[in-house]
Amino acid sequence: MSLLQIKDLGKSYNSDSKVLQGLNFEVEAGEFLSVIGPSGAGKSTLLRCINRMVEIDEGKVVFDGQDVGALNKKELRKVRTTIGMIFQHYNLVPRLSVIENVLHGRFGYKTTIQGILGRFNEAEKEHAFFLLKKLGIEEHAYKRCDQLSGGQQQRVGIARSLIQEPKIVLCDEPIASLDPNASKVIMDHLKSITQELGITCIVNLHQVEIAKDYSDRIIGLNKGGIVFDGPSYRLHRSHTDLIYGTQSKATPEIRELIMV
Amino acid sequence: MNEKTMKASRKWQTLFFVVLIFGMTLASSAITEFNIFHGLATLPKAGAWIFSNLLITQESLERLPTILEKLLETILMSIAATTTGTAVAFFLSLMGSKTTGTSRALGVFARFVASVSRNIPVVAWALILLLSFGQNSMTGYLALFVGSVGFLTRAFIESIDEASQSAVEALRATGATYFQIVFKAVVPQCLPQMISWILFMIETNIRSATLVGILTGTGIGYAFDLYYKTLNYNAVALVTFSIIIAVIVIELMSNYIRKVII
Repeated sequence: MSLLQIKDLGKSYNSDSKVLQGLNFEVEAGEFLSVIGPSGAGKSTLLRCINRMVEIDEGKVVFDGQDVGALNKKELRKVRTTIGMIFQHYNLVPRLSVIENVLHGRFGYKTTIQGILGRFNEAEKEHAFFLLKKLGIEEHAYKRCDQLSGGQQQRVGIARSLIQEPKIVLCDEPIASLDPNASKVIMDHLKSITQELGITCIVNLHQVEIAKDYSDRIIGLNKGGIVFDGPSYRLHRSHTDLIYGTQSKATPEIRELIMV
Repeated sequence: MNEKTMKASRKWQTLFFVVLIFGMTLASSAITEFNIFHGLATLPKAGAWIFSNLLITQESLERLPTILEKLLETILMSIAATTTGTAVAFFLSLMGSKTTGTSRALGVFARFVASVSRNIPVVAWALILLLSFGQNSMTGYLALFVGSVGFLTRAFIESIDEASQSAVEALRATGATYFQIVFKAVVPQCLPQMISWILFMIETNIRSATLVGILTGTGIGYAFDLYYKTLNYNAVALVTFSIIIAVIVIELMSNYIRKVII
């Protein structure tokens, strides 16, 4: 059975417009999947339905054999523990140190009291430093996060998700606020997560070229529906036109294509 | 609308508000029969009285130990009211904030409590509580406590809403529990603002405590009232002076603390 199954998923924030509609796809363990589409296509909502950061309105999300929509609070926390998440704005606690932020990823495995008091065992601390070293930011471990550059902060975000020992990592536009060099570093790290650790990655992206370069498979979203689903080498110009609307309009997405 | 008509309409708006403010001032002074020029004319006289009567003399300095003791009592009471108020306000603001609120009903409850206790002035609280608790420092403490809870809850809700949305989302996604999120994402981010508000509240409470003390017969307010009613203006001057010094010292201290923590 696949790691993640999405069945007829639908979501609407208000009654008159649907953000997602009738989505169906499956993700195998160890896949690197990119989701592309224009702003407002429902990429972020789709990602947040997987770990139920937004409630699922219609259909089902089955992750690792569990129906995510039907879980109670405690079970949901347990499932979230095995799902890492990376954000466009890194979503770190800026006033805390890098190492503290990384260890935040362990809260799902701790009791409330252990978490509040910050009781982490040696193995967890060693794991945290191991990850920081692997991501090349070991020397910043005791710096406050707001002193780091965007690319470095995103690497802290990656470390925080990896210390969860996740089965899947959801990345919501991880490089949208980064310059091309930092973007490359981040994408390389994400790719190595899948290749070396065998962790599934679902990445929301704006940049089609980057999606094609890195992912095994691409899903194209437009207006809440899937308009392309297939291996990345099969994504052609005609598909991207379909995903981003007509090519004659100078949409911001096309400008980004040129930039990359 | 082009640039010209926009400029013109803005000019009219300005003129309208200037006329409105003038009109309102004139109308309200006419209704209350208050003559602003007469009021200004008496200022020099009032100043002269203050400078001739409110003088600190050798004799009044002898009362300094008693005054300082009372002042210390007032300051400590203000601090106690603020710290206990902070504890209550912290939990109320967690309930009331959009980021950390768990249910709509609790949120409404928290904001209602905050609004009621904030919108009734501290002096009114003191008078209300005076009926049930009598003239003692407990009444003064409670009045300040209630006012602090109201104000701090409101301020904390705003700090929480403003600061922590994104980190809260991230920790929620890792499967962290509610109080782990509160103490590891919300508190670290809001702490500077919260401490800043707490220091501000202590300052405000010391000022209010003087007034509340007059009503409840405790602390420095009582000393002020006593000397004032016995026409001992020199002692009144000393009391006033010591309050001013105390408030300034506290303000300087809290400014310093603010600078260090941020």
